[in-house]
Amino acid sequence: MNRKLLCLLPAAAVIFYAVKAGAGAPIPPPAGGAISGKVTYTGTPPKMKPIDMSKEPTCAKQHTTPVMTENVTTGPESSLQYVVVYISEGDSGGAAPAETVRYDQRGCQYLPHVLPMQAGQVLQIFNDDQTSHNIHPLAKVNPEWNKSQPAGSLPIDTKYDKPEFIPVKCNIHPWMHGYFVVLNTSHYAVTGPDGSFSLKGLPAGKYTVTAWQEQYGTQTQEVTIGATETKTANFTFKALPY
Amino acid sequence: MNYSPTQLGSDSMHEVSTHPVAHQHTAPTGFIRKYVFSLDHKVIGKQYYGLALVSVFIGMVLSWLLRIHLAYPDYHIPFLSKLSAAGAPGGVMTPEYYLSLLTMHGTLMVFFVLTNAPFAAFGNYFLPIQIGAEDMAFPRFNMMSFWTTFAAFVVMMASFFVADGPPISGWTAYAPLSAVGRDAGPGLALGQDLWAISIAIFCIASLLGALNFIATTLDLRARGMSLMRMPYSTWAWFVTSVIALLAFAVLLPACVLLILDRVAGTSFFIPAGLVLSDRLQPHSGGSPLLWQHLFWFFGHPEVYIAILPSIGIVATILPVFTRRPLLGPKALIGSMVAIGFLSYMVWGHHMFVSGMNPFSANIFSIPTLIITIPATIMTLLLTASLYGAKMRFDTPALFCLGFISVFISGGISGFYLAQPSLDTYLHATYFVVAHFHFVMAVASLFGVFAGTYFWFPKMFGRMMSESLGRWHFWLTFLGVYCVFMPMHYLGLVGNVRRYSAFVDDYLAPLLPVHRFITIAALLTGAAQLIFLWNLIWSRFRGPVASENPWEATSLEWSTTSPPPFDNFGGKHPVVNHGPNELGVDGPDGTDFLMQTAAPKSS
Amino acid sequence: MGKVFAVLVTLITLVSIAFFVMHTWWLPPNISTTGKAVDHQLEETLIGTGVLFLAGQLMLGCFAWMASGKAKDARAKRFPGGATSIVVAAIVVVGIEIFTLTFVGSKAWGAIYLTPAEPGSLRVDVQAEQFAFYFRYPGPDGQFGGLHPDKIDDGSGNYFGLDPANDVAARDDIVVGSLVVPVDRPIALSLHSKDVGHSFYVRELRMQVDFVPGLNIPLHFTATQAGKYEIVCTQLCGLGHYNMKAYLEVMSEPDYEQWLKTQAGQ
Repeated sequence: MNRKLLCLLPAAAVIFYAVKAGAGAPIPPPAGGAISGKVTYTGTPPKMKPIDMSKEPTCAKQHTTPVMTENVTTGPESSLQYVVVYISEGDSGGAAPAETVRYDQRGCQYLPHVLPMQAGQVLQIFNDDQTSHNIHPLAKVNPEWNKSQPAGSLPIDTKYDKPEFIPVKCNIHPWMHGYFVVLNTSHYAVTGPDGSFSLKGLPAGKYTVTAWQEQYGTQTQEVTIGATETKTANFTFKALPY
Repeated sequence: MNYSPTQLGSDSMHEVSTHPVAHQHTAPTGFIRKYVFSLDHKVIGKQYYGLALVSVFIGMVLSWLLRIHLAYPDYHIPFLSKLSAAGAPGGVMTPEYYLSLLTMHGTLMVFFVLTNAPFAAFGNYFLPIQIGAEDMAFPRFNMMSFWTTFAAFVVMMASFFVADGPPISGWTAYAPLSAVGRDAGPGLALGQDLWAISIAIFCIASLLGALNFIATTLDLRARGMSLMRMPYSTWAWFVTSVIALLAFAVLLPACVLLILDRVAGTSFFIPAGLVLSDRLQPHSGGSPLLWQHLFWFFGHPEVYIAILPSIGIVATILPVFTRRPLLGPKALIGSMVAIGFLSYMVWGHHMFVSGMNPFSANIFSIPTLIITIPATIMTLLLTASLYGAKMRFDTPALFCLGFISVFISGGISGFYLAQPSLDTYLHATYFVVAHFHFVMAVASLFGVFAGTYFWFPKMFGRMMSESLGRWHFWLTFLGVYCVFMPMHYLGLVGNVRRYSAFVDDYLAPLLPVHRFITIAALLTGAAQLIFLWNLIWSRFRGPVASENPWEATSLEWSTTSPPPFDNFGGKHPVVNHGPNELGVDGPDGTDFLMQTAAPKSS
Repeated sequence: MGKVFAVLVTLITLVSIAFFVMHTWWLPPNISTTGKAVDHQLEETLIGTGVLFLAGQLMLGCFAWMASGKAKDARAKRFPGGATSIVVAAIVVVGIEIFTLTFVGSKAWGAIYLTPAEPGSLRVDVQAEQFAFYFRYPGPDGQFGGLHPDKIDDGSGNYFGLDPANDVAARDDIVVGSLVVPVDRPIALSLHSKDVGHSFYVRELRMQVDFVPGLNIPLHFTATQAGKYEIVCTQLCGLGHYNMKAYLEVMSEPDYEQWLKTQAGQ
């Protein structure tokens, strides 16, 4: 080949891609691999119970069918919902993101039931109901506090600086329960109704993936991925009827 | 150092005494000794009054805040968020802040107003004078009592400023809510500790005061001042002191036990197996009912401590304005003593539905109803003393009349609550709130008002404004009925008390009644500013008062206005009459004989 | 002044009594077999105290009226009979009233609290906690499971601290947030508290009794009318005290059996 042409090729490639990027071409996917999978159970899980909200009519009337307890929420094909899957080792963590996470008290329920966030990330707690709530996160490592929010009051802005699994209860409505999951990593996911999760944007390396379910505790797996590899890691918890 | 009697020698009104008298201290010099750390019972009496005045205004403002929140739950109260950003974000009270203000309202009013004003304040000022003594038996104890009370006040007020705020368990502080600590909810951490410490300190102060009153009354009466010649107010202070000695002696250890449960891990009041804030509490073996027994064993006599001095004050003042003796002096005094005695037998009527053996309700109900009898006797004696009289309707007299009316109203509602079969419906409703406010907040306070208008000239040498006094009376008398009579109706509906909001189905329609009460409360509260203004203005600008502007008979009116340091200017009065010589032929064409007047020639 | 006082006191008295007589704000209808005696006691007391209230205030007003004006005569009249008549009248009148009311009232009280529950009553276990009431039925096996405070977990609906994994009797216990009962059947409640003092108050039953931590307190009733009534907490129990209630639902027997079946299937 002509030597001059050979030297032009890299330049052309650079120019080609620069133009493509500058022309608004689709951004390529984040660098790195992903770990995804499904969380399921074996055995017989406990039956979730309907929650009686009759003491709070303004909330009870918002639900045409009763809300169920959520401590072991299952889905089709033995899937487990509300399992937090996250990188517990191998990820440096980094600074807390600027976005806030949002927690709602609506229909006398905590939404979402399990809320993961990064240590130091700002959390905003809203009361969308016509009744007062008094949210009481039962932290042991972080400071424990509780705060009343009368109907129509401003959201609470707070944050947690240390990683912890914090049960959250309402001091006024005993059935309201949820979790703040404060993590050191930005790579986390909560399984949906089908039990699946995906941790994306992971640089190549060796990771420990942890799955946490509020009743069954944690399970870990070690996964090594390449730069753009997606590996599967499934978790199975043993469920008991009681 | 002894204060030597003057050179006037003796006459039928005074004598050089060989009778025991209290001359333990000399006239003080310097501002601190005269007005701050004074041994003089008169200064101490005024200090108690001042403390009660500050407490009642704080307590009243608290009641305004509570009533506004109840009637207008969405209203943003200005400045409230400055008082507590956590308790009232944006000026709307949180449920726990409502309860902490409620607790402080009750605590301040019962302890720092109704025990201080009619009993400690007027009692300190006038008991020694009315029995002809120079001072209390133990002036140093007396000074300590006041400053200990003041320390209790400071500790109590400190709870407003701690992180979690004042306690939310009510002035009754039932265990285990008050005993387990912060797991039981907001306000139950440091605030509750401060409350218990403050009340314990208050108990010590009251015990010292009660001892002083008893010793003084028994030992330091002037010559001729037999027990039956003592004015009714003195009798009331004396009986109240005996009650107080026994009652506060029970509350003090109760508070100590409560503090121990909270900080030392004991379980006097906390049984095993309690789960609060999702935590199993590390206590076992205690009894919540024990707290109730200890508290109410104090608490019931306490309400008689609150009312008896006012009865005594009204009984002392009324005859001065009807210009004739009270009907049945012995019956009145006997009734006071009977009430004092019976007050110790009825505490269980606060506990009819407490889970105590229901049979005990029958037992406690009987003395509770029996106590109605001496109360009725006293009310009838006061009322019947008006029969056939021609009254002088100065402000003190008006408040005496008002006292009788509101005491009837409050006493009648007690009749319902004394019966367990009715209490099963009315317990913990606004019916109870109506009852105790009528007898304590209104009747007892009317006695304090009557005493203030009556004795102000003696204490400060100036008359209070009569026209302002009348405005104060009419507005207050009408106002208190507008505030508290509707609460009986709310109670009959079953409106539960100590609720920070009325969200239940049957309560929401009652909001218009609550609004009426709130507006009446705000207006009646505003009328008290007339009283406050009258106090301040008259103190400096009131017309100068003579020695005996009301033409009364008891010993305080035989000395200058205000009295000299040792009350009688070095002379020791000799008493020749009881306080009832009104409507008789007196010297110089008057219609009365002072207690120190010459004996009637036979 | 005296005349003004007399008029004012009379007006206040009459207006106050009027609202009592007119039942403007009144008790809800009674639905309990033991409630009628309570209502009767209340009527008797209203009449008795109403008379005393009226008499006392009117006497005060009357005497205040008579006491106003200039003194015309130096000789003042004394109350007829003096103090003695007052003391005697107080002891006799109030004494009679006390005895009557105590005698009758103790029967009303005893019927509710001092008689045992009828054998065969429907048993319900009631737990009060900050800030809700929960009710437990024994379920098809007719047995209540044991309670273990360390197993309490509100988030999973285990308010009572049952241990179904190890305690077979607990497995079919029915835990609900409303007290559902059949009409005209004796119900025996057992009240206990999870945390602090609470109270059980149903106006229509004319009943109120505290929950005392550490104690199991019995309360029984028979409801005579179907309907939905409120059970409210009347013992200050913390910040949510105002928001602590449950519904008492009284149903026909067939409706109740249907409800029970649905709950057992949950």
